[in-house]
Amino acid sequence: MTTASEPEIYRLTVNGESHDVQDAWLGESLLYVLRERLGLPGSKGACEQGECGSCTVVLDGAAVCACLVMAASATDADIITVEGLAAADGLTDVQTAFLDEGAVQCGFCTPGLIVAVHHLLENNPSPTALETREALSGNICRCTGYGRIFAAVDSVVASRAEQNTA
Amino acid sequence: MTEISAPAETTTSTAAATTTQLRPGELGTNAARPDGVPKVQGRFAFANDLWAEGMLWGATLRSPHPYARIRSIDVTGAWKIAGVQTIVTAEDVPGQATYGLISHDQTVFATGVVRYRGEPVAAVAADHPETCRRALAAIHVDYEVLQPLTDPEEAIAGTRDPIHPDGNLIRHQRILHGDPEATGPIVVEGTYEIGMQDQAFLGPEAALAVPDDDGAGLELYIATQWLHEDRKQVAACLGMPEEKVRLVLGGVGGAFGAREDISLQVHCSLLALRTGRPVKMQYGREESFYGHVHRHPAKIWMRHHATADGEIIKIEARMVFDGGAYTSTSPAVLINGITHAQGPYRCPNAVVDGFATRTNNPPCGAMRGFGVVQACFAHEGQMDKLAAAAGVTPVEVRLRNAMRTGDPLITGQPVDSVAPVERCIRETDALPMPPDLAADADVLALPGGAGRTADRGHVVRGVGFGVSIKNLMYSEGFDDYSTARCQLNDGVVTLKFAASEVGQGFVMLAQQIARTILGVDEVMLDTIDTQIGSSGSTSASRQTWMSGGAVDAACRRVRELLFESVAERYGLEALQLAIQGTDVVDTIGSLRVPVAQASAGLQLDETVEYRHRATEDLDENGQGNCHVAFAFVAHRAVVDVDPELGLVKVVQIATAQDVGRALNPLSVAGQIEGGIAQGLGLAVMEEIIVTDGMVRNASFTDYLLPTALDAPTVVFSLVEEPDPQAPLGAKGVGEPPCISVTPAIVAAIRDATGRDIHRVPVRPQDICLA
Repeated sequence: MTTASEPEIYRLTVNGESHDVQDAWLGESLLYVLRERLGLPGSKGACEQGECGSCTVVLDGAAVCACLVMAASATDADIITVEGLAAADGLTDVQTAFLDEGAVQCGFCTPGLIVAVHHLLENNPSPTALETREALSGNICRCTGYGRIFAAVDSVVASRAEQNTA
Repeated sequence: MTEISAPAETTTSTAAATTTQLRPGELGTNAARPDGVPKVQGRFAFANDLWAEGMLWGATLRSPHPYARIRSIDVTGAWKIAGVQTIVTAEDVPGQATYGLISHDQTVFATGVVRYRGEPVAAVAADHPETCRRALAAIHVDYEVLQPLTDPEEAIAGTRDPIHPDGNLIRHQRILHGDPEATGPIVVEGTYEIGMQDQAFLGPEAALAVPDDDGAGLELYIATQWLHEDRKQVAACLGMPEEKVRLVLGGVGGAFGAREDISLQVHCSLLALRTGRPVKMQYGREESFYGHVHRHPAKIWMRHHATADGEIIKIEARMVFDGGAYTSTSPAVLINGITHAQGPYRCPNAVVDGFATRTNNPPCGAMRGFGVVQACFAHEGQMDKLAAAAGVTPVEVRLRNAMRTGDPLITGQPVDSVAPVERCIRETDALPMPPDLAADADVLALPGGAGRTADRGHVVRGVGFGVSIKNLMYSEGFDDYSTARCQLNDGVVTLKFAASEVGQGFVMLAQQIARTILGVDEVMLDTIDTQIGSSGSTSASRQTWMSGGAVDAACRRVRELLFESVAERYGLEALQLAIQGTDVVDTIGSLRVPVAQASAGLQLDETVEYRHRATEDLDENGQGNCHVAFAFVAHRAVVDVDPELGLVKVVQIATAQDVGRALNPLSVAGQIEGGIAQGLGLAVMEEIIVTDGMVRNASFTDYLLPTALDAPTVVFSLVEEPDPQAPLGAKGVGEPPCISVTPAIVAAIRDATGRDIHRVPVRPQDICLA
């Protein structure tokens, strides 16, 4: 899109780093800017209307669908994406549990779910089965039927509880 | 190669150990997926994530009408928008104007007429998706709107002028088997309807086309189920030799049948060739609903004749599958439907008539289960009627009729696959039932959840059964094969194949095979692309058998070469050698040498094409050995229903599945649970609503998919009876989980409510107004 005549610059803080967004069309969603302008394609787009959770990011402590946030409106926010969860090339306990419990198939929903699970467990370290289901009901997975994902959550809850009592 | 051997006692103890335990990553273990780490990190490159320097965006203009004549297309308005680089319509297609998997009857861009709402009419390439959107809006198409043909019965009756030069009937096939006049003391019949389901993979269609510098060819990164078939069709439409069109698998975000047909492949390639620049196309969710085929809606009448004990004497059926505007795989879906009409039951006589129709409804084709889902919903409804008429339980009537290995299908074909139908039923029946719904159950656990108003006191529970048979691989004489290459260079194994990894985990399975056959730990995977022969489609539950068979055979050939080399070196017979753990060992002597050492300096390289045995066409009476192999499964559903509000909560699904051999048990579990969720969706949630040819719910807001709150508890049992025909003993496990779960859920709703329900998805009004 020809935007040379729109010299706007705005700044986003993503995973603790500050990014300038230059000459972008101001109608762009946070999802588009993350993926296409900031080189952070971990957040996925699958419905463009906040139904599937594939683009889940944490914005000032709240799990939101990046497809529903105007990027230019998030300038003052602290944004965490899937790329910002683990240090360097490492894995978080949630990411490891997803792998160990078979919660990953095609993987398209996976980044959003990983963000959602981290967010859930930060706010509720020992959710009931029903609380887990409700917290993840905004993230659609078409491959797994959710069983392995619940197993991954259970496994993280158990291992974190063990660490806390140790 | 200089060193040999370990002390004899070590050899003995290690040999004993290897017979009892598997090395990590071998067949039979829960080996890790090689794409797992990047997928959980968000670093895995799906086709939607691809990017190239100087890349343009492509977008498609689609017909707003289900049936219309195109009087003119005016693109001048679009050219005036800054940033637009090219605009293409039907007249710009350099090669064949049409494509298709079975019949080349679908247009790249509409030529003179549009036959479904959403048919591509033009495409643009521009510098930004928003520019594309504006450009599409500025193209003016003058349509003469026609009355759409939307009733499949009108297509069969021939009362409408053909909407396509190939006519309104895509295929008609009957089956006549045994005595068509046979009857019995019990006769039960019913009419069953199956709604149009969407595959709804999460990763929408996407591709990146990169033209060659000379403009004479291109590279297409594409999320697909079948690279070589795509290449064939794309090359034909571009008017290029196939070798000039190189396809590379872009990361695939699920498939379930919807990526077997061409969607944006030709459009994207054409835009790239016209502009000389890389072009990326990706559909949004709404466009995805228009851009791929769906599961056929079907209407099936069935009548069963049986003995007083409930043993089937004859089935009669009339099955109508609406294929929509273009052929896609409708002929094969139809044949799957009619040849599975008996279900996993003995049936000596049959009269079946099947039709695949052409209408102005959305095109339908492959989806997980491929025609058998529809047939199963009907025959399982019938089995419950038969049980009631015979005065036996649903489980008992199924046991009395359960097919065994060697029994013939109504096509005359003997089922020579291992057929543990009785065992599947008994093991399913024996799985534990869920606890009763608590008197103080949370509203989220009630039918309808928190957003509805089910009253705990009104909720009733029901139990239902379903059993199915599913063919594996391609049928009706198709030359179905898979190619794989195995290289062993200095102890490093590299595999190459063109099998699409769509999430099922073939990449992991291929590594498991190589580790097991060649005794290595590290297995490299080459790029999945068209730089090797075809692996066939990732569909029909076929890749474990077919590409697994090809990888297995290639690894075995390399192993033979390795053994020959070791034998020559040590003066042994190659036949004496075997792999134990990561060593080559002499089975009757003391030699033990690590594979890494044994292969040092060697460059072994074998490519194999694996074929399953030939199949036949059906004759005019639907007789013939048209299928290769079969898998079986049973499901039991427990549901809670509020009959007054028509709300359903699927509480638990129990299932025993005939898997042959579980090569990666965790992945099998994933297929089972995932398939069940899709079958649940068809049972009570998912339907593309089409009125007058118009899709009314092309979004995830209006097309309802099962969420974490809808997922039932799943308890399962794996029936492992290795199939001697299968290269690895394993049957495909992808499709069976989603087939009989749907009728089991509906049977449970009938059981809970006593109401006659004969269509899926079951809507509230189907329960409370029944």
